[in-house]
Amino acid sequence: MLVHSRAGRRAVQVLFLVLFVPLFAVPLLVVLAASFATHWSGVLPSGPTVAHYRAAGRGEALQALTTSLVTALTASLVALTVGTWAALAAAALPRRWRRVLDALFVLPVAVPSVVVGLAVLVAFSQPPMLLNGTRWIVIAAHTVLVTAFAHQSVSAAVVRLDPAYEQAAASLGATPGQVLWRVRLPLLLPSLTAAAGLCFALSMGELSATMMLYPPDWTPLPVLIYAATDRGALFAGSALAVVLMTATLLVLLVVSRLRTKASYR
Amino acid sequence: MGIRFDGVTVAYDGNVVLDHLDLSVGTGEVMALLGPSGSGKTTALRAVAGFVRPAAGRVYLGDRDVTDLPPYRRGIGMVVQQYALFPHLRVEDNVAFGLKARRVAKPEIRARVAEALEMTGMAAYARRHPRELSGGQQQRVAIARALAIRPGVLLLDEPLSALDARLRSDMLGELARLHRELPDVTILYVTHDQVEALTLADRIAVMNEARVQACGTPRELYRAPANAFTASFVGNANLLPVTVARDGVVFAGAELRTAAAGAPAGARATLCIRPHLVGLGDGPNRLEGTVTEIQWRGATSRLYVDVRGHRVMADLGELREPPAHGETVDLHFAPQDAVLLTAGVTDD
Repeated sequence: MLVHSRAGRRAVQVLFLVLFVPLFAVPLLVVLAASFATHWSGVLPSGPTVAHYRAAGRGEALQALTTSLVTALTASLVALTVGTWAALAAAALPRRWRRVLDALFVLPVAVPSVVVGLAVLVAFSQPPMLLNGTRWIVIAAHTVLVTAFAHQSVSAAVVRLDPAYEQAAASLGATPGQVLWRVRLPLLLPSLTAAAGLCFALSMGELSATMMLYPPDWTPLPVLIYAATDRGALFAGSALAVVLMTATLLVLLVVSRLRTKASYR
Repeated sequence: MGIRFDGVTVAYDGNVVLDHLDLSVGTGEVMALLGPSGSGKTTALRAVAGFVRPAAGRVYLGDRDVTDLPPYRRGIGMVVQQYALFPHLRVEDNVAFGLKARRVAKPEIRARVAEALEMTGMAAYARRHPRELSGGQQQRVAIARALAIRPGVLLLDEPLSALDARLRSDMLGELARLHRELPDVTILYVTHDQVEALTLADRIAVMNEARVQACGTPRELYRAPANAFTASFVGNANLLPVTVARDGVVFAGAELRTAAAGAPAGARATLCIRPHLVGLGDGPNRLEGTVTEIQWRGATSRLYVDVRGHRVMADLGELREPPAHGETVDLHFAPQDAVLLTAGVTDD
């Protein structure tokens, strides 16, 4: 333990609370409180109501939630597949090529997401690759953005994978395909689910690239929240934010249950 | 199924780790590759398994040239030091892995898994996961998994190094029993532990610096080592620099009688005497020296004696009056117990 004396430990705990609570917890609590309010002129919000949630549960808002969920699920599944494939392939490459491949996949993280959005917009606005105006351009941009994270976390796990397992499997007569499906992927499962959760959460909250790309019939929830606050409907926007947060957390919770089941050590 | 190395050379980035290995292992034979780390012994095993590709030479299993065959088509059982049991599979599924990969019929898989677990005494643990087993139990499962595919060749790579001393000696007995039950399985056993090699092997290939230094039965290597490295790596040895004389050798100015030298008088050589063959007190081939250290080891005592600047070790049985530190003592050895090594003599 880093701090030994009881008083010292107490002081560190207090410092942590002082720093953490205002920065992380309070803003979220404010959003939660605001989502139930009609006015907020004093210290506390007033005029408690659930009208914002009722509005969030139907029409445009409900459709935006579905849009976000479908986009995030599709993007993270594609990202996971592509990222894992690339990570496994990179592991078999000579060191120099592996570096090149890693750099390519990190590019969307290094580049601001607005730029990624613009790039995707420009690239797919002309035939034969005309995606502009369809939902696919949003999903494509999200996939590009989150694949970087999937690739990174899976390739970190692939490097740590003990080659003794693959070799034991090969010596027992397993073909490379059998080794992949019956040994390597099951052993990577904890990292795969972690990567999936990360991709999903990132995609659910993605705004900047989405803003440049979304067609009228494919509006994800963050865009709707931005639009609501932009026109001054702060309380309605707060309710939407809470819905977004809850939906994301619920999916992450399910994924983390999978993860505990999938960890062996 | 026998194993044959025909001039096998392996190099990593231009660094030769196995230099022109020629070695034949007969069907049902246990061959130990004994050597320090970096001697090329594990590389030789991995060349048989197919995990390293020789830069030159061929590897044969039986009559079949397997040099260009991928590991999964060689039909070899392998057990490694860290067990490498699949953590996500139960014991029975670990053992069934190789059979499923070969698409063996289900009822037969069940029978052969049961047989392999029975043979290694792990039948009661079939439903457990590897993490729920001790190191020794995991090693038994690893052996069962390798044997379930009924390999003609079993490769054991330091299989007992991760176990504690007591368990290691138990497992040595187990391995010897398994080999008696499966006399047709050829075993290549890589180890740095001379006791494991002496106990289990029909023949030992002593390796150092990418080459085989000596190859023979444990008795041959122990009684008549071909060179100083073999003498010191297989059992303990006093290695004394001597000059060959007409009927004996000269060691530090004193004449000693030995068996026929087979070398011209005046040649430099190394005299090898096992510590337990050195006696205390006067006798033939007397060596006078000062005791520098005494180590009591229960059944024996090891004496370190400085004889004219050379350290001589003697393993003695129960001593009624052990010599004191710094005391001058006489040591002796029978002429027929000394082996004269004329190959690879260094100046020291």
